[in-house]
Amino acid sequence: MAKGDPGVTTTRGRRAAPRAKRTAATAGGDPELVQLLTPAGERVESAFGPDGTEYRVDFTDEEYRGLYRDLVLVRKLDAEATALQRQGELGLWASLLGQEAAQVGSGRALRSQDMAFPTYREHGVLYCRGIDPIMPLGLFRGVDQGGWDPNEFKFNMYTIVIGAQTLHATGYAMGVHMDGKTGGDDGEAVIAYFGDGATSQGDVNEAFVWASVFNAPLVFFCQNNQYAISEPLERQTRVPLYQRARGFGFPGVRVDGNDVLASYAVTRHALDNARHGQGPSLIEAYTYRMGAHTTSDDPTRYRIASEVEAWQAKDPIARMKAFLEKQKIADGSFFAEVDEQARAESVHLRERVLAMPDPEPVTMFDHVYPHGSPELDEQRAQFSRYLESFEGSAH
Amino acid sequence: MSGVSRIKEFNLPDLGEGLTEGEILAWLVKEGDTIELNQPIVEVETAKAAVEIPAKWAGQVRSIFHPEGSTVEVGTPIIAIDTDPGAGPVEASTTGAPAADLPTPSAASLAAVEIAPEEGMVEPGLIGGVAPGGRTAVLVGYGPRNAPAKRRPRKGASPERPATPAASVPPAPAPAPVPAAAPVTAAAPVTAATTVNGNGRPGGLVLAKPPVRKLAKDLGVDLGSLSGSGPLGSITREDVQRAASGTATAAEPPTVAAPATSAAAFGADREQRIPVKGVRRLTAENMSRSAFTAPHVTEFLTVDVTRTMKALDRLRGRREWRDVRVSPLLLVAKAVLLAVRRHPMVNSTWAGDEIVVKEYVNLGIAAATERGLIVPNIKDAGRLTLRELADALTDLVQTAKAGRTSPADMSGGTLTITNVGVFGVDTGTPILPPGESAILAFGAVREMPWVHKGKVRPRQVTTLGLSFDHRIIDGELGSKFLRDIGDFLADPEAALLAWT
Repeated sequence: MAKGDPGVTTTRGRRAAPRAKRTAATAGGDPELVQLLTPAGERVESAFGPDGTEYRVDFTDEEYRGLYRDLVLVRKLDAEATALQRQGELGLWASLLGQEAAQVGSGRALRSQDMAFPTYREHGVLYCRGIDPIMPLGLFRGVDQGGWDPNEFKFNMYTIVIGAQTLHATGYAMGVHMDGKTGGDDGEAVIAYFGDGATSQGDVNEAFVWASVFNAPLVFFCQNNQYAISEPLERQTRVPLYQRARGFGFPGVRVDGNDVLASYAVTRHALDNARHGQGPSLIEAYTYRMGAHTTSDDPTRYRIASEVEAWQAKDPIARMKAFLEKQKIADGSFFAEVDEQARAESVHLRERVLAMPDPEPVTMFDHVYPHGSPELDEQRAQFSRYLESFEGSAH
Repeated sequence: MSGVSRIKEFNLPDLGEGLTEGEILAWLVKEGDTIELNQPIVEVETAKAAVEIPAKWAGQVRSIFHPEGSTVEVGTPIIAIDTDPGAGPVEASTTGAPAADLPTPSAASLAAVEIAPEEGMVEPGLIGGVAPGGRTAVLVGYGPRNAPAKRRPRKGASPERPATPAASVPPAPAPAPVPAAAPVTAAAPVTAATTVNGNGRPGGLVLAKPPVRKLAKDLGVDLGSLSGSGPLGSITREDVQRAASGTATAAEPPTVAAPATSAAAFGADREQRIPVKGVRRLTAENMSRSAFTAPHVTEFLTVDVTRTMKALDRLRGRREWRDVRVSPLLLVAKAVLLAVRRHPMVNSTWAGDEIVVKEYVNLGIAAATERGLIVPNIKDAGRLTLRELADALTDLVQTAKAGRTSPADMSGGTLTITNVGVFGVDTGTPILPPGESAILAFGAVREMPWVHKGKVRPRQVTTLGLSFDHRIIDGELGSKFLRDIGDFLADPEAALLAWT
């Protein structure tokens, strides 16, 4: 989807002035939460961050429809992967169900030169970066390392170790800054994704310190989906997570992570600040993991149904659909067409997953070093001899 | 599309990571239903979660193989789906094997049908195709398993190879001590003491850091003779020093650290509450389970073990036994092992509809440690010489005292001895470790007045208590087994000559 600059407008107002407006803008909601689209699908003209920054978006109808299409496709492909795991075709899957808006909003806010460092759940961001959704499935199927070229797509490898990628992103962003690639509209920015559980990791806190004192062009994008596997948020923090940024010396903002418009606006603003040399910032995308942490876990054992239902009412796709219908931006034929595209793409994904070849055992020695090593070569030779020792061996 | 690939059976996948089975909670479809791809068809509960499984193919439900409430192994077919129900009846001639109409899946259908790809679509080796060795190519570690895991034969292996020790090595969960790549050496008698050190490493490979090697050289200690206590079984400085100073003695009764019951531990109500966890919880669970499932019978026998004690003294006096820890437990263990050979049924497990009798004896030794009661076992103890048995006992006790007993050491036991005598009591009615059918309590050896050769003499006397599972072992067998142990201890030399 080609998307021009949809003209995010942000103005840094005086703290006191917009207070009444701010309350009005998020009526009934959390005054700390930047929201541009209510769960009922009502558009909010603008919203203010804790430092008085005003956020608004100005999308064309085509762009609104494009965001909706992204959300639906990302959810459908994710559901297909979950089904494939249940059918024994994937070893594991970490579903993004419920977090589509935070990922699509932030993913579409990236400019082509920006670099992203994902966790293992950023399937929506991966999709927005133009990477074939088949790419991570080899990893979860256990037939390859889930590799793509991070430089080609400006999207690093999925990182399984919790929070480790925030340090990678910090180092990368410091490099960008040292190379003098910040300071203008064409400057580069970096975004690091992580979850609420990761904020308890030393790595993440170290990344905060380094990014802060070296003024790294980095956006820390925390999807607070309320649970670190089974541990609830109150076991991670006693203050809202976005407020932690202040202690490290950079701004923090909480955005409605189920609102694709606000997620876009807040991320675009933070990235632009970074690319202009304004240093790091923290975005807490307040959302909810509707499914399990991964397919190996049972969320009904640690959270109650009423909580899930309450979040169901805040669904990111339902509110976008309500908005499009109300504003007559899209009609039934559009929704049907999107659904059909999602169905076709998921079937295509399924077929390609089932056709993934099993790797030859010796290929595990590939790609360890670019040019091999004597010890590795010997190991490979030994292993080949071992495989050949079996009857019926094709080797 | 041929008839074979038209009927597809769906095998229960591993829904978590490394699960082996699941329970069918509810079928969401019934036979004859038309279903869509990814339509939820069944709710399955595993050890980790209850999940709905979506249909892998669209079509018509042909057969449901397992009713609600049944527990199904991963890899077992649970449903058959006709993926082309509009194409008319499936003819037996085109389906080959009885795949057409099966209330339960046949082996032939298992081999032919799972994830049957359209012919020509999938090449051998690809997912769904036939992998080398005849299995269906699926994911490493996941997916269906059509037959019990079977090793492909190695090239050059003789099909007529007689039963080797490797074949009778007990199924210990520990890594196989002999690498699979060496079937020839596996055929040689494997003895724990000679080819494998205490950590299951082949004797040739000794792990030790260079300074430790230097220390061992300086002190004249052979690293190959040590069993390492460091990471990955590596030998530490302490191991070397202990060996050098000859303090490698053991088998004093490990002392039980009583829970801290000092006055300070009690609250105002003069009661102390100790959380039940770890070894205590495990012990409680095992004992309750065993006590209320296996009908226990306990018999007692008081024996004059004076000759055993004298035999031990003579052993200690021998030059080649000089550095070996020799305790009465050693000969009790030997007595048990020899008696098992004469009554193999006592070394068995009640498995519901069958009794599993074991040729190997993984001899458990109950040990009181600071962590609580643990029962490590000596793997395949029946194959050990007396000297090897002594070393294994010493090693077992030292490992337990040091708190280094691994879960592998504690699992797979087949018969147990509990040495309650070290606490100064005469006997008890021990409870069987779950899965075992006999346990012997060895009481204190006391000097007592005893009628010996017609006269009352001071003799060394002990009491044996044997509990056994009456489902397997009748009074006659239990009595004979206990009697044999007693006979050995009353006159070990004669028993050895008579029985071996």
